[in-house]
Amino acid sequence: MSTPDQWPLWEVFVRSKNGLSHKHSGSLHAPDAEMALKNARDVYTRRSEGTSIWVVPSSAIVASAPDEREVLFAPSDDKVYRHPTFYEIPDEVGHM
Amino acid sequence: MAPKIDMEARFLDYVSAENKVEPKHWMPDAYRKTLVRQISQHAHSEIVGMLPEANWITRAPSLRAKLILLAKVQDEAGHGLYLYSSAETLGTSRDQMIDDLHTGKAKYSSIFNYPTLTWADMGAVGWLVDGAAIQNQVMLCRTSYGPYSRAMVRICKEESFHQRQGYELMMHLARGTKEQKAMAQDALNRWWWPSLMMFGPSDDQSPNSAQSMAWRIKRKSNDELRQEFVDKTVPQAEFLGLTLPDPDLKWNEERGHYDFGPIDWAEFFAVVAGNGPCNTERLEARRSAHAEGAWVREAATAYAAKQAARRAAAAPTAKASAA
Repeated sequence: MSTPDQWPLWEVFVRSKNGLSHKHSGSLHAPDAEMALKNARDVYTRRSEGTSIWVVPSSAIVASAPDEREVLFAPSDDKVYRHPTFYEIPDEVGHM
Repeated sequence: MAPKIDMEARFLDYVSAENKVEPKHWMPDAYRKTLVRQISQHAHSEIVGMLPEANWITRAPSLRAKLILLAKVQDEAGHGLYLYSSAETLGTSRDQMIDDLHTGKAKYSSIFNYPTLTWADMGAVGWLVDGAAIQNQVMLCRTSYGPYSRAMVRICKEESFHQRQGYELMMHLARGTKEQKAMAQDALNRWWWPSLMMFGPSDDQSPNSAQSMAWRIKRKSNDELRQEFVDKTVPQAEFLGLTLPDPDLKWNEERGHYDFGPIDWAEFFAVVAGNGPCNTERLEARRSAHAEGAWVREAATAYAAKQAARRAAAAPTAKASAA
């Protein structure tokens, strides 16, 4: 192999238009952040998909484990009173 | 090993209920292996698929045609990259996949082992080869593996331009001079059968299909996809005023589908085995592109190292705190 180590992996986030959040588009390999940004432009925004790009080293992302899903998210499942539909208000009151 | 069997049963229930599998989820080894093989093969097909069309970039008959072809070939490169990334989420490495392609261990779509002899082939490839690919890829947008499905959604959005530019090219030729129409017909004659073969062996010859369907990797069988493709393509050929090279092709009122003649599977398996017209040439082109591009990768690595060293020298305190 001519490249001693495989280039690190970067996650690419693209803001499709101002006013919206950056959203994960995919990933790519690049030797550094600057080149990751340039590659991201060619790989993920060939059709005006973006107004701004973030590249983040994949190794910097800390993810929750799928096994922890219940521990993390189940507690919010039984709190129906957090949703507006929980409350019975006569129609004539109207919405805010 | 009772617990393992339980996990596999649970997994099957999970995907059967149309849930998506994400990289960190537990999955059967065979599911992972099947996906790595399929996605990397798909990625290789995009990359090798650039070659037959790149063949015509410098000879495109107009600047418009050249720009379109360049954009299409660049898209194929992009599609290859989306797919490699998607396969990497399953634990394989990019270098390993490229290596497997170059040593002939990994396959790519056999269609790219046919030569592109005339400019009309750019039309036939876009219309039929990309058309057949779309047929398969639209189904794969709903595949059970999340990263593969997301890559497919992106690819399908872009692929539709590929098919339409091919059809437009065929339309221009079919409505052109007698010679141009003959060239379009010749391209159609050569690409029709290989395009039908793109869907893979018939269902009774495709032992892994049932498992892939149970895992919701695939959602339609090879023969179903092939039939859909034929049904959509026949009227398109009629519109062009061209003739599909199949004397057995006719509408079957009872089935509500077109019947078509037998596929030459001996040819298909010969090309898969490496004996197609361009197998050697395609692999050689990939290998030499990789070898001749080595200096670019080395330069990029060296540049990144130099920039990092400069940044470190310019900000000694930041370096200390980072270490």
